[in-house]
Amino acid sequence: MDKPILEVKDLRVSYKRGKEVLNHVSFQVKEGQTVGLVGESGCGKSTLAKAILGMAPIQEGEVVHYSSMPQMVFQDPYSSLNPAKKIGWILEEPLKIQKKLNKEERREKMEQMIERVGLGTAFLERYPNMLSGGQRQRVAIALALMLDSKLIIADEAVSALDVTVQAQILDLFLKIQREMGVSFFFISHDLRVVYHLCHYVLVMKEGKIIEAGNVEQVYFTPREEYTKTLLKAAGIED
Amino acid sequence: MRKEKKRSFLLGASILIVLFCFVLSSFFYMPYDPNQMDNANKFAGVSFAHWMGCDNFGRDIYSRILQGTRTTFLVAFFTIIIGGGIGTAVGAITGYFGGWIDEILMRLNDAVAAFPNFLLALVVISLIGPGTFNVIMALGIVFIPGFARIARGEFLRCRNMDYVKSAKLMGAGPFRIIIFHIFPNTIPVLLSAVTIGFNNAVIAEAGMSFLGIGVQPPDASLGRMLSEAQAYLFSTPSYAFFPGMVVVLLVLGFSLLGNGLERKA
Repeated sequence: MDKPILEVKDLRVSYKRGKEVLNHVSFQVKEGQTVGLVGESGCGKSTLAKAILGMAPIQEGEVVHYSSMPQMVFQDPYSSLNPAKKIGWILEEPLKIQKKLNKEERREKMEQMIERVGLGTAFLERYPNMLSGGQRQRVAIALALMLDSKLIIADEAVSALDVTVQAQILDLFLKIQREMGVSFFFISHDLRVVYHLCHYVLVMKEGKIIEAGNVEQVYFTPREEYTKTLLKAAGIED
Repeated sequence: MRKEKKRSFLLGASILIVLFCFVLSSFFYMPYDPNQMDNANKFAGVSFAHWMGCDNFGRDIYSRILQGTRTTFLVAFFTIIIGGGIGTAVGAITGYFGGWIDEILMRLNDAVAAFPNFLLALVVISLIGPGTFNVIMALGIVFIPGFARIARGEFLRCRNMDYVKSAKLMGAGPFRIIIFHIFPNTIPVLLSAVTIGFNNAVIAEAGMSFLGIGVQPPDASLGRMLSEAQAYLFSTPSYAFFPGMVVVLLVLGFSLLGNGLERKA
């Protein structure tokens, strides 16, 4: 439980024109832990996710992965699944790329995974546009799990869903963590969602992490004014 | 609007299916040898023996139309294979990779596209000479830029989609992403480009053969026949009428089909 799975050390990222997007960001995600990242829009949350996955220009500092192939669950379940392919094809693709299993083993794994995220094997024969937003997000989670990744980054993964579906997907995240011991790095602007799901929380403002700690600690005894404002805005007080 | 699309698709498809069956039938039954001359039947009118009449050499017009439509289909088909194939590949590479590859290939593309289509085809033909095969080559080259531009736009649109990012995270290489992840999503748009291209190829082939630089005599093609018929337009209108009708139907069929396939609006 205490072994780190991701370590971000003193990370600085800036795009062109010298504007610093991330400013000396450091934190750790441990095995089987969910770390939440909150902050208002434009504070650099998504850039941090990209930097972790090597998709943003890192100026200084480093990102150390202790697991192979971290995966991502995206915000918009309508663009994260290839509309031209059946769910079965989409789920099989990562296994084909990695050439790990033979045909029967792949099939077995796909069926196991689609059931694990609460959909039947019949879904393998459907196209993404035949699914609802919640079902698509379940498929996206199954896809992220296909390569047995131990770290999954979820960037606003439930923000596009309505509240009841949101709750179901959050329960799915919890169930998967229980069953598979996966770590999540969960980015959200919704403090209630983060409270429900995360063990540890980082508060980001203008590219800096201004407060970090266990969820109870940050939510019940916030040190920073900014954190208090965020909590207040989310309707969480004391 | 949607209903209209469906109707135009069905109408276009049925015209083309009829024409296609007509061409297919020629492989099993052709009333006369299309190149067989017969002095006794010069300019024969419509009759039971020659039900579209005969031309200035007494050749059976119906048989020649069958032969000519076959040639036209052949030219249009391979033109699309060459132009569409290379164009799509160029568009895929430029659209997906961007950067300097995009700059170089698209500037080349613009240079080719800057010439009027027909003029460019004439230039190519004057370099490599006339003939059915050369017409295919010339038109194929002319068709590359249009396809490249359409494909590039589609690949550019798709390359930043989340499903592409997700494929990259799983370790998919660029060619796998281009072929398996993005290409299937560009098919609807490319398909409507293909129907329009087919159309243009039919017209271009007919035009070039009409000018005498396309399919060479005695081979029949629809444009070739129109070209030969123009001298006898008033004395034997049936000579020009029937091949002309087939060109019209072909183009109409593909236009309607293309309209119906277009995704937007």
